[in-house]
Amino acid sequence: MADFLLPAAFEEYSDARKAGFLKVKAAKEQGRKVAGCFCSFTPLEILDAAGLLTVSLCGMSPETIPAAETELPRNLCPLIKSSYGFYLTDKCPYTYFADVIVGETTCDGKKKMYELLGRGKNTYVLHLPQGRDVPYAREMWTEELRRFVRYLEETFSVQITDEKLREAIKQRNALRAARCRLMELLREDDLPISGTELYTFLDGIGFNFDIDDAIAKTLALADDLSAQKSQKVTPGGKRVLVTGCPIGGVFQKVVGAVERAGGNVVCFENCSGIKPSRCMVDEQAADPIQAIADAYLDIGCAVMTPDSKRFETLPALMKEFRADGVLDVALQACHTYLIEGRSIRDICKEQGVPYMALETDYATADAGQIDTRIAAFMETLGE
Amino acid sequence: MKYAIGIDIGSTCAKAAVLDENKTVVFRLVQPTGWSSVDTAESLRKALCVAGFDPADHPVVATGYGRIAVPYAKKAITEITCHARGACRLFGLEDLTVIDIGGQDTKIIAVKDGLVQDFLMNDKCSAGTGRFLEVMANTLALRPGELCDLARLGGNTSISSMCTVFAESEVISLIGRGEKRENIAFAVVDSVVQKVVSQAGKLAEATGAVCLTGGLCQCDYVREALEKALGRTVTTCADGRFAGAVGAALSGLKL
Repeated sequence: MADFLLPAAFEEYSDARKAGFLKVKAAKEQGRKVAGCFCSFTPLEILDAAGLLTVSLCGMSPETIPAAETELPRNLCPLIKSSYGFYLTDKCPYTYFADVIVGETTCDGKKKMYELLGRGKNTYVLHLPQGRDVPYAREMWTEELRRFVRYLEETFSVQITDEKLREAIKQRNALRAARCRLMELLREDDLPISGTELYTFLDGIGFNFDIDDAIAKTLALADDLSAQKSQKVTPGGKRVLVTGCPIGGVFQKVVGAVERAGGNVVCFENCSGIKPSRCMVDEQAADPIQAIADAYLDIGCAVMTPDSKRFETLPALMKEFRADGVLDVALQACHTYLIEGRSIRDICKEQGVPYMALETDYATADAGQIDTRIAAFMETLGE
Repeated sequence: MKYAIGIDIGSTCAKAAVLDENKTVVFRLVQPTGWSSVDTAESLRKALCVAGFDPADHPVVATGYGRIAVPYAKKAITEITCHARGACRLFGLEDLTVIDIGGQDTKIIAVKDGLVQDFLMNDKCSAGTGRFLEVMANTLALRPGELCDLARLGGNTSISSMCTVFAESEVISLIGRGEKRENIAFAVVDSVVQKVVSQAGKLAEATGAVCLTGGLCQCDYVREALEKALGRTVTTCADGRFAGAVGAALSGLKL
């Protein structure tokens, strides 16, 4: 059995963090390889078919930002800084034990951060096209995925067969469908679960290595909630759709403020919510790699120009979830989402749905102001 | 006669306004917020009692950043909604753009048919707020009002830093260079005005008459400079700094 050393500061870590480290260590001792991912564009099915465990890397805490700022500029997205800080400080079990970290050429900040990360960790960067509308985007992305397959096969001495890929596609589709079913419960007038509870569940289930178990737990919760509608959620609260950047690091500040003001977040149009979960991979396709490429290219992220998918999806989601207002949350210095905000604002205006943009980071300095802004926005939506 | 009390605890000043059922302001009070919103709320309560408006007998609505620190308030409403309602009442308009230059926030609120359509607040930093002006006034050994009056006599100087800390260094270096005080005062007001104008530009809905509220509305030069920079008429009124408190009291009348 190989010996996997824990970080030097392990004893100082919290119990939850210690448990995370021990869980990954145990998996590695059983011979499993671990892939750390940052982004929804990571083609999980390929990693599954290669037999790797996949996990989202930590980047939602302000804790490691001071460490990151010793190497990265201050005026940078907190998600990038936090992620890199976790690598520098050995505080994220998944980054620490990752056999490979998979990144994509999404935003400039991440691209350049991956270069630095690559100096200390085995990092593989997939080249993502800049848009989905040019005819060769699909071809390029498919070729990138084939290159990735070859890399994984050589690096980990595995064979990624079409059969394994099809199996992985089926399983991942089932997980996506389960997540969607749960999220769609918030289309109802009487919400069986609050936005915070939904998000917390989905976030936690992402760290489950056993995908079948994750599917079962998600479906079980959905069944439970549809059977007994709870009265926990504010009746008549205004319905808010949250769009924009990943919000794990600003969740309390933003979603907490909506709920404190008597409203409910009914839809998360972002990476932890519905955005990647609705991108189903064609299970019948003759070429599974092509099918995976097609599905992932369909994620409406602001790194795409134009971000036609997000522009198409947003009005439909506003109707589907009957949003009374849209909150566009961008992390500090996230140029792509901040600039795209102008177009999102226009889309909301066309739909006649009130819109508010917020730019914030993981610090609590602006918590009071954000609270006031969100409360004022909720007041404009009416009693 | 029914009365309602509005309490607006801002970062610099705490304001109280009492409205009668005809929506007429019958009592107003302003005092420094100090370091404790709770103490300020208590001191306002005592002053209101002395004036014959015991908060225990009339509905109280609180607003401002200290709105949650008013234990005797029936309801807390944000300063955005309250400023909009108060400004509509004070200016006698239903469609207007409210520019409120407060101690820690500058707000631009687009109001149509008496309802908030859209609003903007300054980002985390204090550029374009009353605090910015106050810090610069301290550096120049002036009171904020004096700085505004002096600014009218100056010109041809500018401060490029938006950050209060850097701008203060810039002012100190201007002093060191022997720049006239009125020119520096001009640059300070100009900096606040430019920041407010660029914010207002982001608010497409900001049409209608422009009404200036908040602590700085009594400085006529600020109003004039804003008017010039916006290319639109900017009006203000004597009770402008009470807009938030008046708006809160208006909501109180409905309770």
